[in-house]
Amino acid sequence: MSNSVIQKHSPDSIRLLLSDVKDPEIPVLSLEELGVLREIKEVDGIFEIIITPTYSGCPAMNTMAEDIRCMLDKNGISNYKIVTVHSPAWTTDWMTDQAKEKLRTYGIAPPSQSTSSHLEGMLSGKYKPVTCPFCGSNQTRLTSAFGSTACKALHYCNACHQPFEEFKCH
Amino acid sequence: MTKQEALVDFCLQIGDTSLIHGQRLAEWCGHAPILEEDIALTNISLDLIGQARMILTYAGQTENKHRDEDKLSFHRDAWDFRNVLIAELPNGDFAFTMGKIFLLGFYMKNLFTVLSNSKDPSLKAFAEKSLKEVIYHCRHAADWVIRLGDGTIESKERMQKALNELALYTDDLFEVSESEKILVQEKLIPSLADLKTNWSHDIAAVITQATLKLPQANNALRLGGKAGLHTEHLGHILSDMQFLQRAYPDAKW
Repeated sequence: MSNSVIQKHSPDSIRLLLSDVKDPEIPVLSLEELGVLREIKEVDGIFEIIITPTYSGCPAMNTMAEDIRCMLDKNGISNYKIVTVHSPAWTTDWMTDQAKEKLRTYGIAPPSQSTSSHLEGMLSGKYKPVTCPFCGSNQTRLTSAFGSTACKALHYCNACHQPFEEFKCH
Repeated sequence: MTKQEALVDFCLQIGDTSLIHGQRLAEWCGHAPILEEDIALTNISLDLIGQARMILTYAGQTENKHRDEDKLSFHRDAWDFRNVLIAELPNGDFAFTMGKIFLLGFYMKNLFTVLSNSKDPSLKAFAEKSLKEVIYHCRHAADWVIRLGDGTIESKERMQKALNELALYTDDLFEVSESEKILVQEKLIPSLADLKTNWSHDIAAVITQATLKLPQANNALRLGGKAGLHTEHLGHILSDMQFLQRAYPDAKW
């Protein structure tokens, strides 16, 4: 590969390319919107793609790193490495309002409160009802805090009688 | 035991506990009483195995003897495992499993709360991340302890019986290991002295709400998990978990 091709790229241009890499389970959110893609740095001519795992055991993490590799390889970028960091711990507090709205439109209730206040509620056993992404009602109940993926909980809406998923506060 | 050896040993205590607890819960896959519980138990198992991977990787790096998470998980025998005993106990009935997640979960919650203030950046990062996951496990198990305890005559009996049996193994959680002593002395981790009091407070609140009796037991003989002295159950779970890597060393998917 010629040098001229490599030099066309910058952390910003790579960020733009990677905005097309989506969460494999929730294809409306990019890895950056999800909070997995933390930073892109250029160090001595190597692009460091810094990612952080969502849940410790999330099986989609390998796919995410693979999808990043595919996108960069496809665009002729080879001078990069993917670096996994664990601190600060991933949290849904990082999710922007725009990303939350995308989730809601897709049919998944977005994280509705700060993680710290949610975890306090969890410990005291007081659950706040989650707003139904389909009809907007608060007449909902938690079916199970564990769903089809590590990041989601199951709820049921008593108003429109539909089960729905929530992206958990974490 | 040097400071470095103590750190490795302590990481093995935590990592092996998560690994064996996670492996046990995975046995419920396809067997839970309802679909939602099948999903919940395997999700909890997945969190635990993820935590084990993170901390065992760090143990291997600290030890610096070319052992990664897989080598540590699949190429050690029972006496090298440092998990607490309660993690290796067979699942029993649904109440027993929930009792295990409940008692061990609140132990992990209090331990990780302390370790979130560790001076070791990797331990701290591990604890902060895992704490959030473990709180979900605690809540889930606590809800079931309450539901079964304050449920039918049979569910109450079985939940109480589970807690009474599990209580034989809870002193093992708080037996201070040599590595814990060293790491506290070296100020790498904060004091663990309040762990048992805080844990007792947490579980008593739930057990009372569940209209159950706090279990009392003479635990004298059920100690030693952190020192590698295990029940007969660990060998059996390892033979299942490690079979493939033992028969076909370094096989990959």
